[in-house]
Amino acid sequence: MTRLTLGPIAYHWSADMRRDFYARIADEAPVDEVYLGEVICSKRAPFHEADLPATIERLERAGKTVILSSLAEVMLKRERKATENLAAMEAPEIEINNAAGLFARGRHPHRIGPFMNAYNEATIAWMAARGATHVCLPAEMPAPAIAVAAQAARDLGLGVEVQVFGRVSLAVSARCYHARAHGRTKDNCQFVCEEDADGMPLRTTDDRPILRINGIQTLSESYVDLLPETGRLVADGVTHLRLAPQAVDMVAVAQVFRGVLDKRTPVDEADARLARLSGDADLSNGFYHGAAGYRRIAMAAPA
Amino acid sequence: MSLAELICPAGTPAALRTAVDAGADAVYCGFQDATNARNFPGLNFTPDELSEAVAYAHARGAKVLLALNTYPPAGKVDLWRQAADTGVRLGVDAFIVADMGVADYIARAHPGIRLHLSVQAAASSPEAIRYYCQNFGVKRVVLPRILTIPEIREIRKEIPCEIETFIFGNHGLMVEGRCSLTNYLTGQSTNMDGVCSPASDVEYTRHEDGSMSSRLSGFTIDCFGPDEKAGYPTICKGRYTAPHRPEGYYAFEEPVSLNLSRLLPELIDAGVHAFKIEGRQRSKSYVRGVVSAFRQAVDDIRAGRAANIADLVALTEGQKQTQGAFETKKWR
Repeated sequence: MTRLTLGPIAYHWSADMRRDFYARIADEAPVDEVYLGEVICSKRAPFHEADLPATIERLERAGKTVILSSLAEVMLKRERKATENLAAMEAPEIEINNAAGLFARGRHPHRIGPFMNAYNEATIAWMAARGATHVCLPAEMPAPAIAVAAQAARDLGLGVEVQVFGRVSLAVSARCYHARAHGRTKDNCQFVCEEDADGMPLRTTDDRPILRINGIQTLSESYVDLLPETGRLVADGVTHLRLAPQAVDMVAVAQVFRGVLDKRTPVDEADARLARLSGDADLSNGFYHGAAGYRRIAMAAPA
Repeated sequence: MSLAELICPAGTPAALRTAVDAGADAVYCGFQDATNARNFPGLNFTPDELSEAVAYAHARGAKVLLALNTYPPAGKVDLWRQAADTGVRLGVDAFIVADMGVADYIARAHPGIRLHLSVQAAASSPEAIRYYCQNFGVKRVVLPRILTIPEIREIRKEIPCEIETFIFGNHGLMVEGRCSLTNYLTGQSTNMDGVCSPASDVEYTRHEDGSMSSRLSGFTIDCFGPDEKAGYPTICKGRYTAPHRPEGYYAFEEPVSLNLSRLLPELIDAGVHAFKIEGRQRSKSYVRGVVSAFRQAVDDIRAGRAANIADLVALTEGQKQTQGAFETKKWR
């Protein structure tokens, strides 16, 4: 049975916003697994860490599997410490996004996050032999590589996850581009990123939307939408489909995907609904089809 | 005091000979395919060329490092394995790797060959570096260009391998090995194909007012006044608008290049073992000029003489330069 997951929140949503968000997810969203934790900026973590135990409890009570995700970039003392602390946890499960986390975790079971660059069967086999139970593939992988990687991972008994909705991470940096846009630096950012619940839009100088800034992270302007491709993903061995939280009705987004997975909603109808739910955001699936990521490729009719 | 080896770019056999003649302690290069992160048309080596290059370098006391620093997509791992086997057969001195599967293969199939951890692996903490040392026997890490010198000094104390840092050339803004910007706009991946802002997707358009815009895959990356020199459209050096910056600004970084010549003594003192000069896509004359100047400077510093920094600063003539993250945390 294909599992629907909700990825970690990439943006700096306030503690209130997060509480409301996860309360609704727990009560209403047909997702099976929820990833929590700050993945992008270690400065943000103190704002919502205190709520984590209650959020975990609430989600688990609602029958969801909870996984804690680790930071993608580990450089400073506080980031090293945070990674070490997470790696020492017995429960819930953890998802590792940096080799520092692999070092700290040793052979204890863990999931491999999308920042770990598990691009191929050799790397997946290496990781599996050292405690990986699950792997989230990099967002830029094309369909043929996903199929080979998924098969290899399943043969090793691993879960295989692909992001099917939301902005995808295109880059991380040591520099904070939110702070830079406001004439500040990372150390005196004053958390200006909180103003942009769905990232800060960058446009070309001739006014074409191009990228989104989220602190040290650069995201796609478009939302990835692999709803029409879910059938092929599942047939190719993908076990988990990830929805990345955006500032849209994520409960409704999850319902759309669930409807297609359960074959209750025709794909065309569901995809039209997803486009409406996504508001102004363009939808894209270029990476999956081996094309420029921002592009929207029409699915060929099944052979 | 560290040895302060000079690691120099060799995009072609001619550039390799030039770099060796100009005093490189080691050159780094790649094959003509996706196995390295400078998979550009007209660059890199055939196995026969690499064989001759190894002989040329070894005869003059220089080492050859082979970059296998991209990430094989599933189903294509054999290309990387074959490249490693060929490299061993041709006698290269070390491999520069990023992918764990590739590192594991080389460590098992060719025990004893030196492994250097590419900047593409993005190992920026002692723990991450130690992971690669422990598991694959990595002997040297190429540090991401995001650390200050005091931070490098601290890392040096906590890791069992040598440190290599970039000192000159293109100034990568993003954490290398975690950047899909090029693939997002062009359909060619930096990690999987070794491609960054490919020339085939670049166009320059002259407008009626004399201004010029540079585009990548149809997206305007920057525009230049009639008297300005048009730069290459690299996404992370582009000019964009944001809600608070309607006038347009360099959202990531100005088009500057890295030049750490003033910091060489400090880097040596911090325990950096090797200095890397970026630029496999550069001309022979560029390689000759840069390598000779840094050779002189490093020799002066090692001999306790004051290096002629002015010559090195002049190398980036006409181009803005930066000391990036190395100088101060404020860069972040």
